[in-house]
Amino acid sequence: MKLLRLIPSNTNIDFLSIKKFAFLFSILVISGTFLSLFLNNLNYGIDFKGGILLEVRAKNYEKSNINELRNKVLTLKAGEISIQKFGKEGDYLIRIQKQEGDQKQQIAMIEKVKLLIDNDYSIRRSEFVGPTVGDELKIAGIYAVSLSLLAIMVYIWFRFEWQFSIAAIIALIHDVISTVGLFSFLQLEFNLATIAAILTTAGYSINDTVVIFDRVRENLRRYKSKDHYYIYNKSINETLSRTVITSVTTLIALFIIFFFGGAVLSDFALAMIWGVLIGTFSSIFVAVSILTFFDINKGEKVEDQSNVPEYERDN
Amino acid sequence: MKNSFKIKSFLILMSVLLGVVYAMPNFISISNNNVSYSFLPGKKINLGLDLKGGSYLLLKADMEVVFEEKLQGLLSDIRYSLRKSKIGYKKLIAKKGIVSFEKRGDTPNEKVKSAIIGLNKNLIIDNKNNKFFVNFSDLNKQEITKATMTQAIEIVRRRIDETGTNEPSIQQQGADRIIVQLPGLDDPSRIKKLLGKTAKLNFQLVHPSISSDDIERGSNAPPGYVILEEDKNPSRLYMVNKRVMVSGEMLKDASPTFDRNNSPSVSFQLSPLGGKKFGRVTGQNIGKPFAIILDNKVVSAPVIQSQIFSSGQITGSFSVQETNDLALVLRSGALPAPMIILEERSVGPGLGSDSISSGKIASVAGLIAVMIFMLMTYGIFGIFANIALFCNIIFILALLSLLQATLTLPGIAGIVLTIGMAVDANVLIFERIKEEYKAGREIIDAIESGFQRAISTIVDANLTTLFAALALFSFGSGPIKGFSVTLMIGIITSMFTAIVITKYLVLAYSKKRDMKNYIFQD
Repeated sequence: MKLLRLIPSNTNIDFLSIKKFAFLFSILVISGTFLSLFLNNLNYGIDFKGGILLEVRAKNYEKSNINELRNKVLTLKAGEISIQKFGKEGDYLIRIQKQEGDQKQQIAMIEKVKLLIDNDYSIRRSEFVGPTVGDELKIAGIYAVSLSLLAIMVYIWFRFEWQFSIAAIIALIHDVISTVGLFSFLQLEFNLATIAAILTTAGYSINDTVVIFDRVRENLRRYKSKDHYYIYNKSINETLSRTVITSVTTLIALFIIFFFGGAVLSDFALAMIWGVLIGTFSSIFVAVSILTFFDINKGEKVEDQSNVPEYERDN
Repeated sequence: MKNSFKIKSFLILMSVLLGVVYAMPNFISISNNNVSYSFLPGKKINLGLDLKGGSYLLLKADMEVVFEEKLQGLLSDIRYSLRKSKIGYKKLIAKKGIVSFEKRGDTPNEKVKSAIIGLNKNLIIDNKNNKFFVNFSDLNKQEITKATMTQAIEIVRRRIDETGTNEPSIQQQGADRIIVQLPGLDDPSRIKKLLGKTAKLNFQLVHPSISSDDIERGSNAPPGYVILEEDKNPSRLYMVNKRVMVSGEMLKDASPTFDRNNSPSVSFQLSPLGGKKFGRVTGQNIGKPFAIILDNKVVSAPVIQSQIFSSGQITGSFSVQETNDLALVLRSGALPAPMIILEERSVGPGLGSDSISSGKIASVAGLIAVMIFMLMTYGIFGIFANIALFCNIIFILALLSLLQATLTLPGIAGIVLTIGMAVDANVLIFERIKEEYKAGREIIDAIESGFQRAISTIVDANLTTLFAALALFSFGSGPIKGFSVTLMIGIITSMFTAIVITKYLVLAYSKKRDMKNYIFQD
């Protein structure tokens, strides 16, 4: 059987030569994110801004009509509402802003909507998040993301040199910011699942970065006579096949969630697909490129070279 | 050497078998739930409310109200203590969380303070000249909160149990919150109504001469009296005596019934002590009205026709459902604090089962697609990786069942994602073996050192990912926690399967055959 080969063996691509273009791209993405955040902000879900969400299914989907439903809900005068199609034909999401007054008014509104559309729709899901909880979740989300970044940074600092940990963390922040940017740009709902997607993306990206760094560290010890530029490029090339194969299997899984995982998970999958792409990019171009700004010590000369094939030994 | 190989084979086989046994209950259909897998030790995976349908409520006890009440209690305690110590005082009031008074005469300040500190040594006492200010310390408040919450959880549980909801879970969260989970219940409006009442029942006398029509809103009540609204008709006011004749704590039982006019009402039974007290007061006040007060609102104010002892009826304009609920909350006792609903999430059974089926499709499709890809890329080695991947899935299911961790919809996404990422460890190993082989090693050597060198990378890479998952776990609200648990389990099992099972398969295979023809073509 002829095996599939995504990356030819013995690639020798000069990745670092396009470092400048890669940086330019990153700067564009990041400044695009801030521009979009400034112009559009984020489309916060009720998890963070509080409010009411109902997922409804028309009892007779052929007769259901989004405008009719909207007009009906508008009669409640509940302030800002949004109604969108969700998944199957006849399924809708109804979002209602948090109500004036105390908690009781909020809870009462859910009942009002239910009563209003009870004849034509069945309620598949109803959610209410009070403003206090929304704020708490926001803070908890920021904490979770910062804490994990910090923990990762410390771990890499211990396992590698400090320069690696700086490079890795910049690459990670780059990923987190650009994923937030995607949500702002496409105005996807930013909710609890998004935080999960961002953190998982960060986990994936750091995984990628660590694999390349591991090789960089090894090659730094092995090729003492070569310059850093050569070693970085070689390390990226040596791990390239693995980088691509793992990205492909992960993307396969994510695309399947995107298409078959149901409407609730599709945004989540989309965020992760973007995250895997940007994470792979940042591991190669951001993390390693940043290493070139440091003068990293090649360490002690390896004394026992018996494990290294003869022609690779350091002379 | 040969023996150790046998032992390894045995151990791996055993661990996989154990995995299969614990994962098994999940593959047996729900219909013969109880009987057919009783021979298996494990349980099914615990599904989250978003998958099996149900309601989640986050409640907060309104402690401000409780502190206010306790402050009133503190005020009477201070009055009692000052009188007992024969200390003159004036302007004793409770306002804005502080009890304040002025002492009369020349009692030493220290003596005043010691009279009060005797009540509770953690109280905070300040004084300015003759003015004294007493309030609760943080420690007092913590104690009050703790006691209130223990009682509140008990009452919430009783009320929910009485509705006959299946396997409700009621837990405290943080200092003053309660999480209520109600599997299978997709419309919690009745529960919310039941928990929305504190259900403090009081019987108090109504002013004998000032009738409802004479009271103007905002007017002052005579000393010892207070103006209360009627529950169903807030415009109707009553002048009610502050002294409580009998309170709900003396209630023994309550049940829905019908009164003489055949309208719904609630009958109640008082405890022996309560009956005695009620009998005495009603006996002295025949012909006068008394008010039945629920949560500071007048339900009705009947005239006492004759002496009433241990049993009576609460009438009002009730519906049958209302009398059912009222009897229920009276039976279960009053909540020590009003409950505020901070968060509510309900999922209907239809959406839950839809999510499960799309989750299943995504998992199986993901598994097959990744397996095909691995086979195409690595040939026979791909088969090894696929066996490891399959074992990995079994281990994940087994661990989820064993730990009784909750599987949520994002959790399913986590499993599918793990399928994609789990092969990474295999890929790292295979690519490394390839490199070592190309570098001129013998095939067996290449395999051995490929594994050895890849392992340190695998551990580094996975541990860092584990940190992200841990952060998610600590962030942990419901579904997200479920996602992080599956992710963590996936990371650990994928490391195990790659390092142990794949290696075992590759080595076992290489012992038997000349690998050169099989390994990676270039």
